[in-house]
Amino acid sequence: MKELIWLIPLLPLVGFLINGLGQKILPKSLIGIIGSGVVLVSFLISCVLFGEVRAWRDAGESGAYMHQLFDWISVGNFKLSFSFLLDPLSSLMLLIVTGIGFLIHVYSYGYMLHDEGFGKFFSYLNLFIFFMLLLVLGSNYLIMFIGWEGVGLCSYLLIGFWYKNSDYSSAAKKAFVMNRIGDLGFLIAVFAIIATFGSLEFAEVFPKAAQFPMGDAALLLITLMLFVAATGKSAQLPLFTWLPDAMAGPTPVSALIHAATMVTAGIYMIARSNILFTLSPVTMQVITVVGIATALLAAFIAITQNDIKKVLAYSTVSQLGYMFLGLGVGAFTGAFFHVLTHAFFKALLFLGAGSVIHAMSNEQDMRMMGGLKKNLPVTYITMLIGTVAIAGIPPLSGFFSKDEILAHAFFASPVFWVLGFIGALCTAFYMFRLLSMTFFGKFRGTEEQKHHLHESPWQMTFPLIVLAVLSAVGGLLNVPEALGGGHWLGEFLSPVFADTNAVATPFHLSHSTEYILMAVSTVGAVGMAIFALNKYGRLTSTNEVAEPSFLYKLSYHKFYIDELYDTLVVKPLDALSIVFYKVFDRGGIDRLVNAVGEFFVLSGRGIRQIQNGHVGFYIFMMVIGIVAIMLYGFLHV
Amino acid sequence: MTAFYFVAFLSIFFALMTIFTKNPVHSVLYLVITFFTFTVHYIMLNAQFLAVVNFIVYMGAIMVLFLFVLMLLNLNKDTEPMKSNLVKIMGAVAGMCLLATFLGAFRVIELDNGFVTGNSDVGLVKNLGKVLFDEFLLPFELSSILLLTAMVGAILLAKKETKEA
Amino acid sequence: MDHIIQHIQGIPLNHYLIFCSIIFAIGVVGVLIRRNVIIIMMSIELMLNSVNLLLAAFSAYRGDASGQVFVFFVMALAAAEVAVGLAIVIMVYRNTKSVDLESLSKLRW
Repeated sequence: MKELIWLIPLLPLVGFLINGLGQKILPKSLIGIIGSGVVLVSFLISCVLFGEVRAWRDAGESGAYMHQLFDWISVGNFKLSFSFLLDPLSSLMLLIVTGIGFLIHVYSYGYMLHDEGFGKFFSYLNLFIFFMLLLVLGSNYLIMFIGWEGVGLCSYLLIGFWYKNSDYSSAAKKAFVMNRIGDLGFLIAVFAIIATFGSLEFAEVFPKAAQFPMGDAALLLITLMLFVAATGKSAQLPLFTWLPDAMAGPTPVSALIHAATMVTAGIYMIARSNILFTLSPVTMQVITVVGIATALLAAFIAITQNDIKKVLAYSTVSQLGYMFLGLGVGAFTGAFFHVLTHAFFKALLFLGAGSVIHAMSNEQDMRMMGGLKKNLPVTYITMLIGTVAIAGIPPLSGFFSKDEILAHAFFASPVFWVLGFIGALCTAFYMFRLLSMTFFGKFRGTEEQKHHLHESPWQMTFPLIVLAVLSAVGGLLNVPEALGGGHWLGEFLSPVFADTNAVATPFHLSHSTEYILMAVSTVGAVGMAIFALNKYGRLTSTNEVAEPSFLYKLSYHKFYIDELYDTLVVKPLDALSIVFYKVFDRGGIDRLVNAVGEFFVLSGRGIRQIQNGHVGFYIFMMVIGIVAIMLYGFLHV
Repeated sequence: MTAFYFVAFLSIFFALMTIFTKNPVHSVLYLVITFFTFTVHYIMLNAQFLAVVNFIVYMGAIMVLFLFVLMLLNLNKDTEPMKSNLVKIMGAVAGMCLLATFLGAFRVIELDNGFVTGNSDVGLVKNLGKVLFDEFLLPFELSSILLLTAMVGAILLAKKETKEA
Repeated sequence: MDHIIQHIQGIPLNHYLIFCSIIFAIGVVGVLIRRNVIIIMMSIELMLNSVNLLLAAFSAYRGDASGQVFVFFVMALAAAEVAVGLAIVIMVYRNTKSVDLESLSKLRW
């Protein structure tokens, strides 16, 4: 069965081609079936492969399998093959991408059914799945980079899906440009890897890297550049501003690309290259600081946002910051665990938000909602589960993953733990604020909206229920030892991080310390949840606060970061380009080009006299020419 | 041996007469004679098929075509347009330059000064047919299309124009 | 026939080259000094024929039939060319009442 690995990315590509080419001809139901079906088949294959990897792991092997498709580049002694790598890490990512991808395809069928770009939407989604699978499966950095670029492209296409709205298309452009900055980092890293190791294959680079001393300069460059790439794709400081704007896309896109899969590509990439990062402590510190700063900043912003999707977007940024914090303190398993659980509950929350928006006739402002509990029971219950999960209240999944990261952070430095804890409090607060503003209290929308309220069709509620179940029980994958768990995920992934474990300081906390940490964070989260429920549960007017404080304004205006970038980067660039336009383009290049043109016009006017229309003259010239050519030829033999 | 030089002399002489005679009809007749000497050359090379084809196609068909057109247009010495002397001299000088270049080129490239033996059998109809219909079958078929095209084209061009719309 | 072959055996290849070049040059001169389009076409035929003869000579020299096949194709081409060319001449004459090359000076900017 493992030989069929190439089918996993191929099927979505086929789906993309069929749906893309047939979007005008095929009926909507068929497009939906093809689009979801290919992903479902990929998911089933992924399940089987995951089973095989598990069996290998149980048998005590490393569980890695390379599938070489063909030699791609072969120059001198530099060889690059188009090959896929199946190992515990990628098999889990496969499950996330295809599994959640399938659910979101099903959801999209209900959500987008009345959109005229239905076929286009499904083909883009399939293309996205294809590139994401390339990214996950690639056995070297270049294939990963292809997927990396490809998902960026799909993200651009889907954010700007309703391209007729110029705000949306500029949001798409913003996302694309921000991603490009990161991609440049990735490219530089790839070049540096070639220069340092002479290869891009993971299987060759990592063993070689393991021989390097701690803090090697080449590794520092590579890892810093890879991290720049990750900040772009995974929306970290200072490149995170594109993610909230990316909410312009249809909600299923936000759930799939901007919550569950693409934005976690950076974490996946760093977890994949864990040995490089472990050997560069400076980069690890940078990652930790950036991660925690992003987590806190985004959490603060999320507290005051009123757009339901914006809250979730900032929440995503904040959770990604947590994952980077985990990576930075060496909790690779924990970070990946959080990727996994976050994919469940954030996809759930986005899809739930989509369901709400659908019911509210595209109203996204939470101040206009309220009291939807009665009308949307399934959405309410599933979103409640998601909210509890993300807030880190046991025994739902978010608690376990967040706890593991926080425990590692505490082990690295208690300061990190405190900061992370504050972030977790904010998370609990803004998520319950969202829940209570949406579902509790009195309905604040218009009469028309109230009349229109309805539960979503089964295509939309089914994924919600599945994801709710996963969010609830996902944490059981990796129950820490302190709670009597087997740390199954850590064991399963251990061959991927084997090199790192050999180098890094082993993680150790006494059980009593862990209990205290868990208790504190649980009590904090529950307290914040109750506080938020009290504060916003009985909201009656659409005006949230009478007198906005300074901090409130700061948070509401997203710390003025967009404005800051505008002043620091955009305006100077604008001015510079105007100068270039006037001085170099108009004055230099244009004049040069015009001079060339005029030269040919004038010389043409002169030479045209020879073209006098007398055939005899032409023949005469031809003979002269032949003589000249022959003379030239024989004089220069 | 001397036959070649004699016939070659005749060819050159009649070729010169062709281009220098004022009357176009005479020109055509001299050209016919020139082509006849060429036929003799082909026979001497033992290229019998070419000799026959040259005789029929060139001297028969093409030359008759020329004559026919001349008569159709009723051209004779009086209507013959003449170039100025300067142009004539220039043309002659250019032609001689070309010839000189050719001859110089032959000296430079130094062919092996072999002899042309006219005793090979390649020019016989049988041998030529084998090559033509085997190795050169596709060009042969293409040339039939070319001739057909030329035929259609010629008819289309020479046809009296019907009333223009 | 054998008699003639005996006679021809002494001709060097060079002499064929020179002879054909002369005929070719005469054709070129004819094109240059005459203004009658029909004579010019005849000069072109002269040039084609000189090349034909040279091809046949090389063919005999190397004992390779391809040269003669080429001659055959050149003849087919010449026939086509003359047919179309003369048709054009008739057209031109019909329009300008002249076969003067100089009357065809419309081919210009």
